[in-house]
Amino acid sequence: MTPDTTATADAGAPILELRGIRKSYGIGTPVETEVLHGIDLTLGEHEFVALTGPSGSGKSTLLNLIGLLETPTQGALRIAGDETTVLDDAALTRLRGRAIGFVFQFHHLLPAFSALENVMMPAIIHQGIATDEATARAEELLAAVGLAGAGHKKPGELSGGMQQRVAIARALSTHPRLLLADEPTGNLDTKTADDIFELMRHFNREQGSACLIVTHDPRLAARCDRVIELVDGRLTA
Amino acid sequence: MARLIRPGPLHLPFEWLVALRFLREGRMQTFLILAGVTGGVAVVIFLTQLINQLQGTIIDKVLGSQAHVVIKPLDDLTRRALPADAPVAATVQPRAQRLRPLDQWEAVARLAEATPNVVAVSPVASGPAFAIRGGANKSVALIGMIPEQYRRVVKMDDYMTQGRFDVSGTNALIGVDLAKDLGVGLGDKLRVLAADGRDETLTVTGLFDMGSRDINRRWVFITLKLAQTLLDLPGSVSNIDLTVTDIFVADQVAARLGNQTGLTVESWMLTNSGLLTALTNQSVSNNLIRTFVILIVALGISSVLVVSVVQKQKEIGILRAMGTSRQRILTVFLLQGGIVGAIGSVAGTALAFGLLHLFSHIYKAPDGSQLFSAQLDPMLALAACGLATAVGVAAAALPARRASRLDPVQAIRV
Repeated sequence: MTPDTTATADAGAPILELRGIRKSYGIGTPVETEVLHGIDLTLGEHEFVALTGPSGSGKSTLLNLIGLLETPTQGALRIAGDETTVLDDAALTRLRGRAIGFVFQFHHLLPAFSALENVMMPAIIHQGIATDEATARAEELLAAVGLAGAGHKKPGELSGGMQQRVAIARALSTHPRLLLADEPTGNLDTKTADDIFELMRHFNREQGSACLIVTHDPRLAARCDRVIELVDGRLTA
Repeated sequence: MARLIRPGPLHLPFEWLVALRFLREGRMQTFLILAGVTGGVAVVIFLTQLINQLQGTIIDKVLGSQAHVVIKPLDDLTRRALPADAPVAATVQPRAQRLRPLDQWEAVARLAEATPNVVAVSPVASGPAFAIRGGANKSVALIGMIPEQYRRVVKMDDYMTQGRFDVSGTNALIGVDLAKDLGVGLGDKLRVLAADGRDETLTVTGLFDMGSRDINRRWVFITLKLAQTLLDLPGSVSNIDLTVTDIFVADQVAARLGNQTGLTVESWMLTNSGLLTALTNQSVSNNLIRTFVILIVALGISSVLVVSVVQKQKEIGILRAMGTSRQRILTVFLLQGGIVGAIGSVAGTALAFGLLHLFSHIYKAPDGSQLFSAQLDPMLALAACGLATAVGVAAAALPARRASRLDPVQAIRV
């Protein structure tokens, strides 16, 4: 019923490993619902994988679990070989900051900070203070996403595509080994969406971050190394 | 590549950077709570400074010419010779109080000197007499004392208008009003007549003005020795005057000495109970006002920050997703409260200083002198700033807890 995708993962040591992951909401109440019914998934290092599926299939929940923003009800979830289900909130937060980069659908930049500061923020959180090294890295990343001159601008002064570029640069700020993107091109036009997708592919090749991208766009999914489909809380492809 | 921006705040620790930026972003809210803290701190400092100064002036004026604590002999009492339980019809008349010596006064003075909080001890022999010059005679109070000890109880040097506060032999110091009534000046002779015809001719060597006409008209300072002779208190004194470190511990000192000696020991608080009540009421109302102002300021900070947490939910969620711990989110909001408290209190101190300056010019005593000075006690300002900052942090506790407990998934979804 649920095919083990481990067989197809051959791009190196697994950065991510899910075994029998189940997630239920409203536990102990009459409205208890299980959203994910035993997910087995392995993501190799440097892999670029698309996660598709109809709305309500549990894609966002799965992504939140992998991003350590939520904890599974049952099952094992290992990041770079470390079991995460035994960690407390503080340890999960540290691991999230160190190993995982997020690109959200609506970019979610911090409006009070400039583009450059937004890109630096994960490094500032990690190190406690802005360093020259972090500034240099952020400037480098902004240049790499084609926004070399826009570092001083606030997110509100940038177009949707530019904001998403800043968000990608931010997600890569701490050299995460795993990049999670939730419909990163969902609200962009086709041309801009292609650019953003190419950018992520570029960083996947250049920096070696494994990518898991939730997308509805079959064109983009087709350009990934592998496509996995989630239907009614189960992986089907 | 050219450095795009190198803003200073970026080199702050994460918590400070985010706290300051959140405050800067919420312009109107930040302005409003800063105004609230500024006003609150200004009111607290202004009121405290004003009342402290006014109380200081009143206490100085009233207590400057009297001892804080006075040790006196016990009153003579009439005892019934009949058994107390026998039914007796009787009118018990109180005894007339004669001038009595203070038994064992040297021992009592030594005990008083060793008592904590007592800074000065002065034995005094005082009693009634007549001052006679030519055909005029005035009823006066002879105050026999040792100048170097007495001036530590009452700041006589400040009250001298002519001559020095120093007596020896048959020299005497009298008030300016008595001098006018009898028409005497420095160097003039004055005869005093005490009970049983004991008299002495004194030489006036100084005039004082203690700010009270009654005292200026009646008090005559002479040596302790001469007073003992005139008042028939050989080698003894009528009372011992004390000064204490803090005027508000006078009653405790009095109670302690009263228990130890069995003598009558009265503090200024007993003899000036009206003044004490007024001072206490003023302090109580001042404390009440201060408490409410602080409470209102704290509520203001709290409510604005609660709103800010709701508005910043998404940002908090993003920061959490990027690896910010709950503890650091908590710190960010506590800092916001502290920063508002600190900046507001500095502005409030400046405002209070301005108000004091303004009011010291508007309100003046009838004689044109300033009722209070525009001086600001640095310790008070420092204490107020410290308190406001602490109140800011405390007021931020609830909103900060709320922010730190936000679920990042829920918060981002908003």
